[in-house]
Amino acid sequence: MFYRENGQFKSSYSADQAIFPIAQDRVFVIGILLVAFCVVPFVINEYWANAILIPLLVYALAGLGLNILTGYCGQVSLGTGAFMAVGAYASFKLVGFFPEVNYLILIFVSGLVTAAVGVVFGLPSLRIKGFYLAVATLAAQFFLIWLFNKVGWFYDHSPTGMITVRPIDFFGVRVTGPEATPAAKYLFTLAIIATLTLTAKNIVRGRVGRSWMAIRDMDIAAELIGIKPLQAKLSAFAVSSFYIGVAGALYFGVYLGSAEPLEAFDINQSFYVLFIIIIGGLGSILGAFLGAAFIVLLPILMKNLMVGGFGVASGTAGHVEILLLGALIIFFLIVEPHGLARLWQITKEKLRLWPFPH
Amino acid sequence: MAFDLFLLEVVISGLMTGVMYALVALGFVLIFKASGVFNFAQGVLALFAALALYDFLAEDGWFFAVFGFTLPVWLAIPATALIMILLAWVIERAVLRFLVKQEEIILFMATIGLAFVLEGLGDLLFGSDVKPLDIGIPQGASDWLLDNFNLYVEKLEIVAAATAAVLVTALAIFFQKTRVGRALRAVADDHQAALSVGISLDKIWVIVWSVSGIVALVAGIMWGSKSGVQFSLSLIALKALPVLILGGFTSVPGAIVGGLIIGVGEKVAEVYVGPLVGGAIENWFAYVLALGFLLFRPQGLFGERIIERV
Amino acid sequence: MTADSRNEILLEVESIFLSFGGVHALSDVSFDIRKGEVRSIIGPNGAGKSSMLNVINGFYHPQEGSITYQGKRRSQMKPHEAALGGIARTFQNIALFRGMSTLDNIMTGRNTKMSKGLFWQALHFGPAKREEIENREFVEHVIDFLEIQTIRKTPVGRLPYGLQKRVELGRALAAEPTLLLLDEPMAGMNLEEKEDMSRFILETNEEFGTTIALIEHDMGVVMDISDRVVVLDYGRKIAEGTPEEVRANQNVIDAYLGVSHD
Repeated sequence: MFYRENGQFKSSYSADQAIFPIAQDRVFVIGILLVAFCVVPFVINEYWANAILIPLLVYALAGLGLNILTGYCGQVSLGTGAFMAVGAYASFKLVGFFPEVNYLILIFVSGLVTAAVGVVFGLPSLRIKGFYLAVATLAAQFFLIWLFNKVGWFYDHSPTGMITVRPIDFFGVRVTGPEATPAAKYLFTLAIIATLTLTAKNIVRGRVGRSWMAIRDMDIAAELIGIKPLQAKLSAFAVSSFYIGVAGALYFGVYLGSAEPLEAFDINQSFYVLFIIIIGGLGSILGAFLGAAFIVLLPILMKNLMVGGFGVASGTAGHVEILLLGALIIFFLIVEPHGLARLWQITKEKLRLWPFPH
Repeated sequence: MAFDLFLLEVVISGLMTGVMYALVALGFVLIFKASGVFNFAQGVLALFAALALYDFLAEDGWFFAVFGFTLPVWLAIPATALIMILLAWVIERAVLRFLVKQEEIILFMATIGLAFVLEGLGDLLFGSDVKPLDIGIPQGASDWLLDNFNLYVEKLEIVAAATAAVLVTALAIFFQKTRVGRALRAVADDHQAALSVGISLDKIWVIVWSVSGIVALVAGIMWGSKSGVQFSLSLIALKALPVLILGGFTSVPGAIVGGLIIGVGEKVAEVYVGPLVGGAIENWFAYVLALGFLLFRPQGLFGERIIERV
Repeated sequence: MTADSRNEILLEVESIFLSFGGVHALSDVSFDIRKGEVRSIIGPNGAGKSSMLNVINGFYHPQEGSITYQGKRRSQMKPHEAALGGIARTFQNIALFRGMSTLDNIMTGRNTKMSKGLFWQALHFGPAKREEIENREFVEHVIDFLEIQTIRKTPVGRLPYGLQKRVELGRALAAEPTLLLLDEPMAGMNLEEKEDMSRFILETNEEFGTTIALIEHDMGVVMDISDRVVVLDYGRKIAEGTPEEVRANQNVIDAYLGVSHD
């Protein structure tokens, strides 16, 4: 009844190309942003920040990054965990070298470092496709994690082999380490992610995004109409890795506080991010957020329900969770390969027609 | 001289590891050839098979809890094979038939999901602790080789190599001489054509997944006897991926040769290069080798070159 | 179009040999395409027609021979070079980007006309936005021309076959091609759709002066709309000339009626 687009006429291409051409969508998104920026910081507590919102945002960013590569450009990567590690270690080293430089700039540079590493490991994509490429990205996963684990320089030769974030102030407000307030960490993360989401949306709706999708849908035809596969694929690897690198820096700096490569960034991390975009929706910005929410909330719900509700041992609950996750992946691939984002879109289409179904 | 002997031992040990990789890779190739599915769950299948076998043999398993006795080895192995066939049937019914028309990459991701399901199920049913698997394969070094050639080679590894040889021969006969084998090859060549001469695809898929399941069982037995049945078993699956890239996704000889190359390569590299860079390069050596290979010969050693058309 | 430029040669292929591991797809094929004409390539199945188009736009690289396009002679084309040089094409089996809307598909045709980098794209501001809107305007002209306004935002995977063919033509036209290669644009269409498609092809040729190389099986269409025809059989050129000349050629009649080759 209220979700209608009739009467909203576009009089310029600019208006037609807006991110949310339908007024109701615009209002809805502005509302969510207002709540996220102006209400949540005042009510947030330690649990909500550390167990739910910050991991959700960070995973959404990693998902966004992988979705650019896999969902938009069609190149499957199983190296996400390692690329997150590159971002984390880059930010760790950079903060050590330049403690005076603004943290935001260092995170940005960490993203650029990851982008460069991503491009190097993306080079094989020019000759190979599909799961051949997936295996190539596994090389990145195992090699990089080994490197961070073995070479002392990366972790400043700390005896535990772990890296621990230094306390960092961002314009006078502590955003990392145990003294940072939940609200500060949350807002810092949210601001970065909101900005990067907007830029991702801009890229995918423009020329570069179209060339990625063209490569994804039919690479030969794309090449014959003048899209350079080299440029398209490597730019996808670069942008994707940039996002994943920033996500890794935040994952380590703001969320975990300290990290050890074999645990924090192992291959399961790569799978989790892949699952986020499958469940959320391949080739959808919204999908990364929905998928991340799903992946973060599922274990919490499972734990509350099974351990709290039925008194199941937490180890068993963990096994059930793995099983359920796998089953859900299969379910989504069978029933709706475009994930939750597509279901949301269908709901909106239904809503437009409501109460008349046709 | 002593140095050469040491190298020989390293190479032999690598060959034996390679045989294990080859066994997992073989399961991959079978499924990929017949259905175009890149089965990421192959390693977890091996783990699952080993867990099921252990359950029939051990007194802390479900089978003992329900029936009050354990099975002898000669009965437990066919029983596990039956379980694998059943599993293949369930997978076909519950997963594959709904994804027949999907793109390869969707199927690939579905098998990652399948790997998680099997892993969770295995843990849930059998527990996640390390289980010793003893089906009577002799342990320790071969005395004969030690006495006569001063070579240290594990008996288990010799058995594994022999078993693999028998298995490959059996598979070759199965594919060349039997009606079902010919049907499988027909499907591998052309799905549509096979369907049009009356070969039923879902039956073929069950068969090929069953055969792969049994190959996985053999791999699971060998690996489980060597280092116990545990989750890390499923990680061999990941090692089988570079093997496939080396050998080509559709080539049985490729899987074997690729497995041996990777096995020997990573052992030799670990022993001679590892100490220089801090060790544990076994973890990534295979992938980097495969990566190098991809850049120069993307279709693998034995794969077919693809001519692209528009 | 003046008589002078009519006779100017846009593209010339000379003694093209192309083989795939022993199979000869093209042997010693030579012909030219004049500026502004509709040149048809016909021949029985497997005659090497699509291979010829693939050589022209650089997807296949011939072992021997040369290609002279816009006065520049080379032994082979590169796909990207061909696209930048104004060669656009459609495909025998539709090669649209299935996950994208009609509009986005046609916008990809503008790819070679757009240049703003990742930075401006990310901001979607200033030059990048201006470029996007200018090109959108051009694409809207193409959409109007092909009468596909109503499917502007529909994912092409959901469109019926005939419309997909039309969208593919749109994507090629969006590139403002000098030379348009059409690989069986009317295959599998009904009479009405064929008439529409013929009209679009002729209008493209007449209004924009686009040179067209066309592969088509429907002889009626070929005879109606082409200026000159070249006939291939078993990878060799067996005849060429005006539609009337070709129709009367004994070699062509033999090839189509299946006289044995000895």
